[in-house]
Amino acid sequence: MASDAHATPNLSRYFVPAPSVWPFGLTVALILTVYGVSGYLEDRAIPTTALITAGVALALFIIFSWFRGVALESERGLYNDMVSRTYRWGMSWFIFSEVMFFAAFFGALFYARTLAIGWLGGEGEKGIITNSVLWPHFDPSWPSNGPGHVGGTFETVSPWKLPLVNTCLLLTSSVTITMAHHALKAAHRRACVLWMLATIALGSTFLYCQATEYMEAYKELNLTLGSGVYGSTFFMLTGFHGLHVTLGTIMMISITGRLLFGHFKPESHFGFEGVAWYWHFVDVVWVGLFIFVYIL
Amino acid sequence: MAHEHAHDDAHGHDDHAHGPDKGIMRWIKTTNHKDLGTLYLFFSFTMFFIGGLMSLVIRAELFQPGLQFVDPELFNQFTTMHALVMIFGGVMPGFVGLANWMVPMMIGCSDLALPRVNNWGFWLLPFAFTMLLSTFFLPGGAPAGGWTIYPPLVLQTGNSFPILIFAIHLMGISSITGAINIVVTILNMRAPGMTLLKMPLFVWTWLITAYLLIAVMPVLAGAVTMLLTDKYFGTSFFNAAGGGDPVMFEHIFWFFGHPEVYIMILPAFGIISSIIPTFARKPLFGYASMVYAVASIAFLSFIVWAHHMFTVGIPLAGELFFMFSTMLIAVPTGVKVFNWIATMWGGSMTYETPMLFAIAFVFLFSIGGFSGLSLALAPVDFQYHNTYFVVAHFHYVLVPGAVFSIIAAIYYWIPKWTGRMYNETAGKWHFWLSSIFINVTFFPQHFLGLAGMPRRIPDYAVQFTDFNMVSTVGAFGFFVSQFIFIFNVLACCYGWFGRTRNVSNQVWEGATGLEWSVPSPAPYHTFEDQPLVGDDGMPVHGDAVAAAAH
Ligand code: HEM
Ligand SMILES: [Cu+2]
Repeated sequence: MASDAHATPNLSRYFVPAPSVWPFGLTVALILTVYGVSGYLEDRAIPTTALITAGVALALFIIFSWFRGVALESERGLYNDMVSRTYRWGMSWFIFSEVMFFAAFFGALFYARTLAIGWLGGEGEKGIITNSVLWPHFDPSWPSNGPGHVGGTFETVSPWKLPLVNTCLLLTSSVTITMAHHALKAAHRRACVLWMLATIALGSTFLYCQATEYMEAYKELNLTLGSGVYGSTFFMLTGFHGLHVTLGTIMMISITGRLLFGHFKPESHFGFEGVAWYWHFVDVVWVGLFIFVYIL
Repeated sequence: MAHEHAHDDAHGHDDHAHGPDKGIMRWIKTTNHKDLGTLYLFFSFTMFFIGGLMSLVIRAELFQPGLQFVDPELFNQFTTMHALVMIFGGVMPGFVGLANWMVPMMIGCSDLALPRVNNWGFWLLPFAFTMLLSTFFLPGGAPAGGWTIYPPLVLQTGNSFPILIFAIHLMGISSITGAINIVVTILNMRAPGMTLLKMPLFVWTWLITAYLLIAVMPVLAGAVTMLLTDKYFGTSFFNAAGGGDPVMFEHIFWFFGHPEVYIMILPAFGIISSIIPTFARKPLFGYASMVYAVASIAFLSFIVWAHHMFTVGIPLAGELFFMFSTMLIAVPTGVKVFNWIATMWGGSMTYETPMLFAIAFVFLFSIGGFSGLSLALAPVDFQYHNTYFVVAHFHYVLVPGAVFSIIAAIYYWIPKWTGRMYNETAGKWHFWLSSIFINVTFFPQHFLGLAGMPRRIPDYAVQFTDFNMVSTVGAFGFFVSQFIFIFNVLACCYGWFGRTRNVSNQVWEGATGLEWSVPSPAPYHTFEDQPLVGDDGMPVHGDAVAAAAH
């Protein structure tokens, strides 16, 4: 009596996977990695490099096998409608959690810009004396590296050079991945692959520009992660975004590979759509960054 | 349960394994919600035990003024770790374990939506906590800056600092994956006929809790990441010299932290709303208003966070806004308490152990709510903040609140899980001892706080001695009483004291809901074929599992 329609009898039930060692293994991999990193950060006498290498290698291996297994289950037609709705909902909520992760850093940016800097400059009923006694010459304007000039004098990245290029790249890539999706739905597999390759190229170019921009910032503008709160928010926001672009690009490469292997059907291809959603999310975050970090 | 294997061949699911693996590998590899629920609950109780031992060290030290057992540095490590272990290791996994067991059985589906992810979410926890607890043995000891990990103090943590941060990250991944799993299960996998407004309140409260988790755990992850980069990579988020602000950390932390306290109480509301109607033999009074109350509490919980920061120096407008928004929460909370009492009103009440704990919850949680309201008054909080009054407040909402609800839930559902009834006399002893000792422990702390005793200190002025001695006696009494519970529960699990599997499907005379339509103990797989749910919330064609076996 399940509400979803079922084509073949074995789809009347929700797919419950067999017991699996992947999740446990992934946990072990993560633990090795973070234990290695924490040893490295605190100079502890543990074989940090070995731990990190082993952890990352194991994690990559497991993530690959896990996703491969899921892809094969899907291709073998084990998933009924309810399972594919699960993946849709799951991906949506995962993206929501990512949004909230970025929200923390955007919140830090807004708070520092509009409140903290002003208070340090003597705004509000409590700051006046503190300010004039401790740092009378502090100019509370954005961008700022605080009354201590942490990291020394720096310049900001002009939004109208590489960042503008990057904006165009990412916006275009959102279009191309949508074209790929349409092609897939129309069963034009070749076109779909070509559009995907274009998207991957755009994403990689974005990453290349971002890396160039970082190098310029460090070498020519003296803008570093240590440039007070401006440098902190700038690099953490754009850096985490860049990580997500990297991840998204890897995801796109893998679904393009799956396309070449003949995976996905015009009417059912959630693996593809999930990646596309993720890519649009990365794109939207970039627009936020372009406006609030670069322009304003 | 023979039917478990009956359909294997019929459906040709070669990889659709039934029946668990043997030995330890069963637990490592399991994707079964009941196995994982059991693991979560065992883990939670291990953590309650470890956290409880830490609290006994704290209370022993505070039995009298002066330094007796631990030096102040170690004392601070114990207060910090006690809270982290209890919150992230005890209460939260306890509720997730209950959700694992009950949500699929309550909405009539075969498992959680993403069973492998579910396994991952669980196994992260024992590893994360082993790592965290191991910091006691590192140079510089465990984190000691308080569970609220405020900079700049927490940045002085020694070797254990990155481990603290990464452990929080891993717990966060665990919570987020667990929460996504539960939301998706509830939204997607309800049996036909199980409309949203027919779901048991435990399911509703967990839906909203999971939403809160997905919304705020990433924010905590962001906050601790900023701590990490401030310490090791030269950022200035919380450093005023660089234009940052330590108060900003408090804002971000409490934007997570206040919803977090509701994460620890909303599932409790759901449990109590299941138990009281059963033993009052009346439907829950004001079902819809209960749902709306939970939803509004969840909404409000996002706009009250700075009530933890009244004394920190926020603008007057902020004090006023957060004061009034906080007091607003008392309205939906009051609706819930009213509905529980109205459900009992005129009911044919019996007082089995789960019901006793549920009634105690209503009373004692309300005491915590009232002290919360006092704290919500900004001018009053200037006196109360950072005193034992706050400690009394949150322990009333968390121990006779959240923890009592977990205990009540276990008494209530363990016959369903194991097929064996717990011992009622021992249950009653456990209840009375717990209720008395918990009040002996925490009620005097209100007086201590009002008289000015600060929290998080190993030593105090002599005039506070009497109440502290009472509190310590209560704490030891409470801890010891829990052994009655542990034996009672384990005896059900393992059939000690000649306990046999003799309970009916329904277990409790007044119980309604899908979970009571399946055999006790519930078979390893329930509702692989979904039942049709009638208006009374029960399967339409009688025994759902009989139908599932073709
Ligand atoms: C009517 C509802 C409630 C109100 C009005 C309220 C209000 C408050 C206020 C104003 C504080 C800050 C006190 C201070 O630090 O000076 C506080 C602290 C706290 N509350 Fe509540 N609360 C309520 C319910 C709850 C619930 C349901 C929980 C958990 C289940 C909870 C857990 C806590 C905790 C853990 C703290 C202390 C955090 C810390 O500083 O370590 N509260 N509450
Ligand atoms: Cu709060």
